[in-house]
Amino acid sequence: MTGALLDPFQYDFFVKGLLVATLAGGLCGLIGVYITLRGMSYIGHGLSHAIFGGFAASTLVSVNYYLGAGIWGLASALAINRVTRSRRIGADAAIGVITTSSFALGVALLTRFGSRGPSFDAALFGSIIGVSAADVWALAAISLLAGALIFCNYRALLFATFDPEVADVSGVRVARTDALLMFVLSLSILATLTVIGVTLVAATLVIPAVVARMLTNSFSRMLWLSTLVGASCGFTGMNLSYHLDVPSGTMIVLTGALVFTAVLLGTGGRRLSATAPPGRRPVPAPAASV
Amino acid sequence: MSTGTPPRDALVHIEQATFGYDAGPVLDNVTLTVGARAFMGVVGPSGSGKTTLLRLMLRTATPQRGTVTGRPGLSVAYVPQLETVNWNFPVTVSECVLMARSGRALPWPSRQERAEVARVLERLGIAALARRHIRELSGGQQQRMFIARALLRRPQLLLMDEPTTGVDVTSRHDMLHLLAELNAEGVAIVLTTHDLNGVAAHLPELVALHRTVVAVGTAREIISASVLERTFGAPMEVLQHLGMPVVLDHFDAAGHRDRASA
Repeated sequence: MTGALLDPFQYDFFVKGLLVATLAGGLCGLIGVYITLRGMSYIGHGLSHAIFGGFAASTLVSVNYYLGAGIWGLASALAINRVTRSRRIGADAAIGVITTSSFALGVALLTRFGSRGPSFDAALFGSIIGVSAADVWALAAISLLAGALIFCNYRALLFATFDPEVADVSGVRVARTDALLMFVLSLSILATLTVIGVTLVAATLVIPAVVARMLTNSFSRMLWLSTLVGASCGFTGMNLSYHLDVPSGTMIVLTGALVFTAVLLGTGGRRLSATAPPGRRPVPAPAASV
Repeated sequence: MSTGTPPRDALVHIEQATFGYDAGPVLDNVTLTVGARAFMGVVGPSGSGKTTLLRLMLRTATPQRGTVTGRPGLSVAYVPQLETVNWNFPVTVSECVLMARSGRALPWPSRQERAEVARVLERLGIAALARRHIRELSGGQQQRMFIARALLRRPQLLLMDEPTTGVDVTSRHDMLHLLAELNAEGVAIVLTTHDLNGVAAHLPELVALHRTVVAVGTAREIISASVLERTFGAPMEVLQHLGMPVVLDHFDAAGHRDRASA
């Protein structure tokens, strides 16, 4: 039994994939806290599709994947952020237009010219085949950078997420903080895209954060809990992927869904409404004086 | 009437300011000065521009015409309406108050910052609730938490949007006493309120607002039948009780205003 469990560890590609999946899960779990609390889960979903356009374009013109897709993704994120802030059209409509157009362009380019990098299926659903040592180092570097940026901007990110208007008058540069979050989100999606897959990245952003929210009422605890849940789902999902011969992204997401269901049943989901977007938040129930 | 030059002790001076959204102006030709010792209430009907007036003072809204001038280096703090807050957000009382610390950006506060928060929470009588989730507080306690967060910035001017909405009578009294104390210590306060009898009548200075400044004066001057009718667009009866103005609002059984009695 133990031998069978340890069997995949003899393969170099699996160990690299496991490292990438665990790191990616933890990174998405960390970023996902801000994304879900801001009611931006759809942005994560849309941005992964937008980056797919950059992925296709960069392979077509033989530009480094991280550079090409990264610039594309960041531009898309900033465009979404700008359109959302201008309030001329709804955020959901803005995300829908920008990201699906980019995704459609990516599909068109790959269909017409083919991919010199990861396959179409791998990009959509994730794969650990072909994860190189460079990919592992790139993800480790991005995780470190994202963690450092969040660490150093902890108060600004928290304040701007909780109450942007008051944050603005309290010395927080909210627009800069929002742009920073978009930058970190783009980097994170970029780094995890090939393992998790375009269609499943959003789940790795949302599920760990929602699970963590169900377990705590404290923001700082939610941050590390979500990171831990994300990393655990990445590790477990990758192992299951090998043993069940199912794409890695699929198993990571299914593992997360299983954890979500278990925690939901265990806690009754009493705190789940915390992820409701602004404007649809429940009015607090009058509480008794303490 | 206005000279365009702010008075010497002004913290904020708004001069002929007009601000609006696509639907039209919310504030029109507003001129108002907030002095260094102000304890001012802004009254007016819903949609009269009270919150927008605060936003002009906060500089989160810029007038399309006119100017808003603030004293250089002015420290302003803002207490939002309770209704606009996401009470399900995962923060404890101390985490919420600590958001306003202006020192280092690291996740954990310094010993000095922790001591400062403890002192402010103690003063506001909510020190025992520091580890509670924000939703577990009563309306009055929630307001105190936001005042604590505002005080952490050591403001010269405290702006509050409907601070007594959703709080009981005792909490409202306590709140007014607390604000009077802060004002006596040198914090200028501007608050908006719908509560003419419970809040506005107790404030030393009132602004009647209906897209523009209808009148500025003492509670006795503003809470009068003529000013209230011009501000709210409906006749109101005002009585004097123990030297305080009291607004009577009559409704018939169907809930319609009984104009005959006004």
